[in-house]
Amino acid sequence: MLYFILRRIVLLFPVVIGLTVIMFAIARLLPGDPVALAAGPNATQAEIEALAREFGLDQPIWTQYANYVAGLVQGDLGTSLLTRRPVAADIAAYLPATLELVFAAMFIAVIVGIPLGLVTAVWRNRWPDYLSQILAIGAISMPRFFLGLLLQLCFAMWLMWLPLGGRFPIILIPPPTVTGFLTIDSLLAGDMNAFATALRHLAMPAIAMSLSPLATIMRMMRASTIEVMSQDYVTTARALGLPKAKIILKYVARNAVSATLTVTGLYFGWLLGGTVLVETVFDWPGLGLYATKAIISQDMLPVIGVALVIGLLFVLANLAIDLLYGVINPKVRYS
Amino acid sequence: MTQITDPIPADTARPRGDGLRRAMFRFRQSRLSMIGAGMVAVVLFFTLFGGLLAPFPEHVAGGVDTANRFDAPSLAHPFGTNELGQDVLSLVMAGTTVSVLAGFGVVLIGSAIGTLVGAIAGFVGGWTDEILMRLTDLTLTIPGLILAMAVAAALGPGFANMVIAISLSWWPGYARLVRGEVLAAREEVYVTAARAIGAGPGRILFRHILPNVLSPIIVKMSLDMGFAILTVAALGFIGIGVRTPTPEWGTLLSLSRSYMPDYWWTAMAPGMAMFLAVFGFNLLGDGLRDILDPKARR
Repeated sequence: MLYFILRRIVLLFPVVIGLTVIMFAIARLLPGDPVALAAGPNATQAEIEALAREFGLDQPIWTQYANYVAGLVQGDLGTSLLTRRPVAADIAAYLPATLELVFAAMFIAVIVGIPLGLVTAVWRNRWPDYLSQILAIGAISMPRFFLGLLLQLCFAMWLMWLPLGGRFPIILIPPPTVTGFLTIDSLLAGDMNAFATALRHLAMPAIAMSLSPLATIMRMMRASTIEVMSQDYVTTARALGLPKAKIILKYVARNAVSATLTVTGLYFGWLLGGTVLVETVFDWPGLGLYATKAIISQDMLPVIGVALVIGLLFVLANLAIDLLYGVINPKVRYS
Repeated sequence: MTQITDPIPADTARPRGDGLRRAMFRFRQSRLSMIGAGMVAVVLFFTLFGGLLAPFPEHVAGGVDTANRFDAPSLAHPFGTNELGQDVLSLVMAGTTVSVLAGFGVVLIGSAIGTLVGAIAGFVGGWTDEILMRLTDLTLTIPGLILAMAVAAALGPGFANMVIAISLSWWPGYARLVRGEVLAAREEVYVTAARAIGAGPGRILFRHILPNVLSPIIVKMSLDMGFAILTVAALGFIGIGVRTPTPEWGTLLSLSRSYMPDYWWTAMAPGMAMFLAVFGFNLLGDGLRDILDPKARR
């Protein structure tokens, strides 16, 4: 088990090297002049050259890459050309917001999707099942940014129940930072008002994010429930006269969930990279919004940093899911 | 079934086209797939003729009508007019062309690159396989939308640049799929037979193996079509895509954001168009998967 974890962690290093090489190649080999963009429209040639020298962008790409990797070893992700702030500090500030959003969305997706999948499997080939299939494909097809816009229009602008966007009003004092998750931090501080405020801001973006993983988890859960229900031990349990609710909740659900877990893990990584649109719509101050702003000004070091962090989290999430597998299904052995 | 009328066993070989007929029958049995096929037909129709059929072609070309800014939906303008007085319906109809063609381009280029990489990795094996598949895994860990946005921003606005940028993040799924299929097909008898009659590796791969692994690729392409359209719209929504005044759904939606909630109708037509087009392709893809990929049938 320990060997398994260690080996997977050692395998992270080639991933980091590979990611930086690919992103560096994209950042430096494609056309586009980030320095001129950062210097502004009225900058003279001398000013642009000075800026390039300051950030080491006048050196050959190999030297730039070597410098970047040397910094990376010390946890330095470079400095943003536009804001002149260290990228690592920016990411540390924005990452909790994105993680909070993704966890909230996954929470909704799992809490709603797994029971729904179980129910539709039990009612297989009857109208709730057909309806759920149409709704699931519909949910996957809905552009998240359009859904976000509709939610805003309905709940923030017409009904005025929820705030339009943002994470926490600047006029209020946020709870002291412990985890970086405003909902958890406010609970830790015992500040129920702040908790309600954080939750109200989180609600719409999390729902907009959760729809497509919810649909996928539901369909996966349905498929694996149907498979488990045809197993011999379920027949045995029924022959023994166990109540149907007990069979489904105790024997079927537990076995069906483990197959659904893999999808959940994959979705976690996918959502991390997919927050861009929802963060843009709801002005959520997370990595996606940060990366978008950097991309538009072709400020590449923040983009490389974000891609690196998300890529690593993706790999780690998959490792966590593999380990969780063993907890749920004792037949799984690590070698 | 009670009496045997034909003592000679019938020819067991199925007539040509029988498999296709069976597939068509199964497809027609599934009502959802038929609805999807119908929706896709409508989308394709607008892709070809949307710009021509638009009630206000002058608005599609970039013309403005400042006297009729922000008209609410009416008979003349079923989806209202926008900030320039342009008919929203006309823009959305014409926008089908860009969105669907770009989505199609992405899927085509992505699947071509992915198939080539996966086929070579699976067929050659050894170090080639190792290197190609590690590259594939790496590309998969980079968030696709961020990669596409970064490349599109660096290349500059424009239809071709946008398609290239998205395709670069689109191929790894195909590479993995095709590699697996090729690995399995490589051991089939017909490959040994082809080798025995002296066919070279290129001929075996492209004339014998690839045609036999085509159906899962087609299924994935049809399922991907909807998501490709979504990604194209997403780039437009962020502001990295085709340049205005070329009508494009994502760009139209992003422009309408500034006029919420008073002029909400400017967002409805582009948003619904996106949703319906993607919904149609997903329904169709789901149906195709049931027919062409029996392993995945539920």
